[in-house]
Amino acid sequence: MLTCDTVHVSFILYVILQSEKEKDVVNAVNACSKLFSTLLEKKDLFLGKLPTGEEEEAFIGLSAEEKYRLFMRQRYSSCVEMLLEHLDHELYSVKESALCCLMKFAEGEGRHPLEDLDWSEHYSFPRELLQGVVDRLLSRTTENSMLISRFQEFLEMEDVRYYVMSSIRENVGKVLAKNKGVGEPFMFNNVFSLMSNISIPSQESGLTNFMIKQEGESCLLSEHKRAFEKMWLGFLKYKLPSNMYKKILVILHDSILPHMSKPTLMIDFLTAAYDVGGAISLLALNGLFVLIHQHNLDYPDFYKKLYNLLEPSVFHVKYRARFFHLANLFLSSSHLPLYLVAAFAKRLARLALTAPPTALLIVLPFICNLIRRHPSCRVLVHKPKSVEDPYLMEEEDPAQCRALESSLWEIKTLQSHYHPDVAKAAGSINTPLSGLEDDISELLEKTTYELMERDLKQTRKTVPLEFETATQLLKGGGDVLGQHFCLG
Amino acid sequence: MSEVSAQSVLAHLFQMGKVPKKKRSVADKVRKAKTSFEIKNNPFEVKINRKKFDVLGRKSKHDVGLPGVSRSKANNKRKETLLKEYKQKGRSSKFIDKRFGEYDTQMAPEDKILKRFALERQRVHDKKDLYNLNEDEELTHYGQSLAEMEKFNDAVDSDDESEEKGLLSAELTASHFGGGGLLRKKTGGQQDGEETHRAKSRQELIDELIQKSKQEKRERQVRKEESQELTEKLDQEWKSIQALLVKKTPKCDRAEEEKPKLEQYDMMVRELVFDMKAQPSEKLKTPEELAREEREKLQKLESDRLRRMMGEEVEESSQSQSHISADDLHDGFILDKDDEKTLSYQVGDKRRQAVCVEDGDAGEEEEEEEEDDNADEEGRRRRRRGSRRPAMMKKMVTLTWSPSKKIKAQQEAAKAELPYTFTAPESYSDLKDLLQGHTPDNQRLIVARTQKSNHASLAVGNKLKLQKMFGFLLEYIGELATRSPPELVAVDKLIPELYSMCQMFPEAACKAMQSIFEDAGHTMEEVLEVKGHVPFPALDMLVYLKVTGLLFPTSDFRHPVTTPALLYISQALTKCPVRSLQDVTSGLVLCCLGVEYVTFSKRFLPELINFLAGTLHLAVKDKTSLGSYTVVPPFRPTGKCSDLLVLSDSESCASWTKKSLPLSATRHLELRSDPTQTQARLTCVSTCLDLVKRCCLLYKDLPSFTCIFRPIRTLLSEHLSAQTLPELLQILESIGGAAVTRCRLVLEKKKPIPLKLLTPKIVEVLDYGKKRGCNREEREKERLKHKYKKEFKGALREIRKDTRFLAREKLTEVMDRDSERKRKVRELFGSLATQEGEWKALKRMKSK
Repeated sequence: MLTCDTVHVSFILYVILQSEKEKDVVNAVNACSKLFSTLLEKKDLFLGKLPTGEEEEAFIGLSAEEKYRLFMRQRYSSCVEMLLEHLDHELYSVKESALCCLMKFAEGEGRHPLEDLDWSEHYSFPRELLQGVVDRLLSRTTENSMLISRFQEFLEMEDVRYYVMSSIRENVGKVLAKNKGVGEPFMFNNVFSLMSNISIPSQESGLTNFMIKQEGESCLLSEHKRAFEKMWLGFLKYKLPSNMYKKILVILHDSILPHMSKPTLMIDFLTAAYDVGGAISLLALNGLFVLIHQHNLDYPDFYKKLYNLLEPSVFHVKYRARFFHLANLFLSSSHLPLYLVAAFAKRLARLALTAPPTALLIVLPFICNLIRRHPSCRVLVHKPKSVEDPYLMEEEDPAQCRALESSLWEIKTLQSHYHPDVAKAAGSINTPLSGLEDDISELLEKTTYELMERDLKQTRKTVPLEFETATQLLKGGGDVLGQHFCLG
Repeated sequence: MSEVSAQSVLAHLFQMGKVPKKKRSVADKVRKAKTSFEIKNNPFEVKINRKKFDVLGRKSKHDVGLPGVSRSKANNKRKETLLKEYKQKGRSSKFIDKRFGEYDTQMAPEDKILKRFALERQRVHDKKDLYNLNEDEELTHYGQSLAEMEKFNDAVDSDDESEEKGLLSAELTASHFGGGGLLRKKTGGQQDGEETHRAKSRQELIDELIQKSKQEKRERQVRKEESQELTEKLDQEWKSIQALLVKKTPKCDRAEEEKPKLEQYDMMVRELVFDMKAQPSEKLKTPEELAREEREKLQKLESDRLRRMMGEEVEESSQSQSHISADDLHDGFILDKDDEKTLSYQVGDKRRQAVCVEDGDAGEEEEEEEEDDNADEEGRRRRRRGSRRPAMMKKMVTLTWSPSKKIKAQQEAAKAELPYTFTAPESYSDLKDLLQGHTPDNQRLIVARTQKSNHASLAVGNKLKLQKMFGFLLEYIGELATRSPPELVAVDKLIPELYSMCQMFPEAACKAMQSIFEDAGHTMEEVLEVKGHVPFPALDMLVYLKVTGLLFPTSDFRHPVTTPALLYISQALTKCPVRSLQDVTSGLVLCCLGVEYVTFSKRFLPELINFLAGTLHLAVKDKTSLGSYTVVPPFRPTGKCSDLLVLSDSESCASWTKKSLPLSATRHLELRSDPTQTQARLTCVSTCLDLVKRCCLLYKDLPSFTCIFRPIRTLLSEHLSAQTLPELLQILESIGGAAVTRCRLVLEKKKPIPLKLLTPKIVEVLDYGKKRGCNREEREKERLKHKYKKEFKGALREIRKDTRFLAREKLTEVMDRDSERKRKVRELFGSLATQEGEWKALKRMKSK
């Protein structure tokens, strides 16, 4: 009785799964999930490999019970295929329910394996199913970030994460090797969003949350780390678009390097990125810093390169705060040679002539801090005899740029900056600097709007007014506008 | 039975309590009887605290002690407190005296007694005399009924008290006052013997006295009557003469009948008195004087401005500038209060009225409404019609406009169509309705009239209304600028009104402007966060920026409006990518504004230079060979939009003449044909070059002038050809070249640090002998510590004394008990012995 029903139901479900209506499909997926998970639990599905060939042939010579099981197993596998296809559905709700259903199947299969346990393979994890899911997630044609963030819930489980990592590696290797290292932007984005969601607990004892009870390699933290490392290195060895580079570099120091078993393997990648120039170099600094600081990396001409990174665009890029935070770290050593510090100070001052006020509020205290740390640099602000500016802006070597012979006239110039805060900050160079360093960490993230707000929110008793009577729109203030533009 | 016994016990107890009290009081009397002087002189009582040495000027309280007195005092106190407590120890029941105020130490005993008495009376009254209305209890004085005493009053004739001035005697007082009874008794007791033979004479004396007084009284009455008669007579006589003596009296009845005769004269006199005397007016100023005054005022304002530019705080003084009406002719004519008085004058003098109507133009409320002859235009104008006085109207209008006949007839007609009063708009849509459909000139007039008819001094809520109206006007201007095509002429016309309103309400204007910039800045920030770049601000923002520059001083070191405005300009110049010629134009407008903002203060605006350099870079033909200069974002060295200003043909340059671009070019440019496009490019480049020139002049004094202008210089000298941009380049080259030599040399700093002074610091100690602490807190702490120690010791001593006292008491108790017991035992023994003796005696007797 029951068997008859389930057979009918499974057929009907299969039909509905192919339906067009979103609601029907979602309901069918949910029903599928219920039906097959109970079947899996009851072990009512055929065990072992599915026989290939015609369906009718497969049924020959089997008892009714076995026939039923085999039939249900076939339904099950076709259903799984349907669900995998639904992962590419255009509607998110369908995708989501399909994903959840598939993961439930994976759990069921893990608990009650469909094939007899082969003891040479000492784990029972539905790798094929997971591989299929990952392949679909890393779609080449659609942006799957929403689904991937849903999938993150399953990545919390240690074994799932472990097998997902290896699946990603396989998938990426396969796809990129086929395309000769040229990938589609969608795929890169999907891979990145999936990979960046993976994080590994820092301690062995953290490995507790398993979907299926596991033993063997997937229980070892070192194995996890190795898989993680392999996955990233496998991805990074291909040529990536520059915005992907930036994305990776942004999270590198924080969520990749700590989880790798051998972070030094990243050296090649980082040095290559550092040599690219521009914003990518700025971002590579962070990873390099971690390697130098914690992993004993010796980087020749590090400071020279850092010096050459200083360009007018430094003050305008998005990663300005990060850069100055790191530059502050790099230059905080008191063992740096004087010429180097002077060169940095002078170059920053020169660049400050083109900087917006928010950047100036970082740079001016930064320069003051440099002078404080290296009191011999005071010649930069106190040199009674110099007339000409011997500083060579174009010189790439900080040792040759003759910064020490120069003075910081630029800061003197900035004392007449239009913004009162900047003018005040620049004015501090006139007085002997106090012993304490300015804390620039608060200033790093300041935006122009915040600066504006300070004046806008201030309530003053009296508001000074213009005393020249205004008569026309274009008149007044030197008539600059009126000279070049007219009404109309 | 039980009650009685309890009462007896109580009485007994009270007696028992009284017995020791009496004893003590006797002892106390003995001690109190001795005066303190006596005690102090008794060498056995006095203990002298020997001083080791005398300190001049110090008063010591404790040089003499009276140990005996103080000990007894302390003992008494203990007996009153501690001993009672000790006796009460272990007893749960106690006696409470429920009489009123028995335990209230604050109350004076007299008060207590009074209160108790009152309570007593009340209690009695409540019960018995609840319905007793009038029968009060007898009032007594010294135990005698007052009612009785009243009888004495009849005895003395006292209808004229003043007559008995000198007759105050013992008898009289005795009879007048109730106490006389007692007094008399006393005297009676004393003079017991005399009375017998003097009783008669006394009676006689009284009779005599009465007679005398009666006689005197009669005499006086007669005298009084006589004098009254005399005065009446005199009065009558005086009245008959009075009419002859005084011609005019202030009596009302006479004034009334004379009034019609005197009115004209009276009026004149009063008019002369009350009419305003010709006030000494300020002398007419010569043009030179006027010019000087103006200059002085401007100089003061200028110095204020300079001070603010340097970033110093300004006091209120700069705010004293008075409001200038939009219709002010700047002829120094001010309508003051005296003129208002003449307005309210009641006499219907035609000449005066004409004057007042003329004055109306100079700031008076214009209530009059003009007669409307074009009835078909009514619907178009939404306006308030106040009370209409058609008969007066025509005359008024002719009067108003007759002095100003020079005004063109056309203008007059245009003005004549507008009503003279407007209600202040309550919302932005109200204002829009008010102004929509009028010519720009009329819009200005409407705003001016609204402003005047709702002047802040006329009604309470007007100030707020006008303040709101300023915000609406700003909004309206923004809308005018965003329309397509933008109605900038109307904006232009509204500027003076905006200015005058801003002068009236600086705070509100500041708030309104600030909110505009806050919104604009906020949206820009949000877009930046999402996209990384923003489009150039629209025309309304540009207009707002310009208006800000007109209304507020741009040179201040820090100003609540202009500083954010400058920040906004700089943000726009750095974050807005240039993608079209419109963007270039917008950027150039912003640059112009930036230059205007910093013209006076000569502040350094790096974004301005960056943008100008970037704009020039757009005109460079060959972008591959750059390297000697760098371009700052938002410009890129190369890219699809980096050839916007490249000039293709040099022929069109020859035919090009400078025309100023319309501001609407920031939105859309007509770029159909190639020549017009080239023209626009050329205009942009020339504008840019002119701005560069201005910047050079502005910043030539900056120490790093060369560094700032290096990119522009290399651009001009190496990358832009002089052929395409004919004479402009030459000028610039000369300016750039001349400025190269300028470079400030020295950065002086470090004030000389004062040498350390090694002479010891001498501190004058003024209060010797007192505990010295470094500061007040320490001293206070020290004092408290000392006090605590003293108190602690004192408390310890007191406790010891208490225990000693208690021990003594216990001992006496035990001794008393023992002696009692001994006594009883002895008694018993005694009685037994007597018994024994008796028995023995009996025995002996028997045996005998």
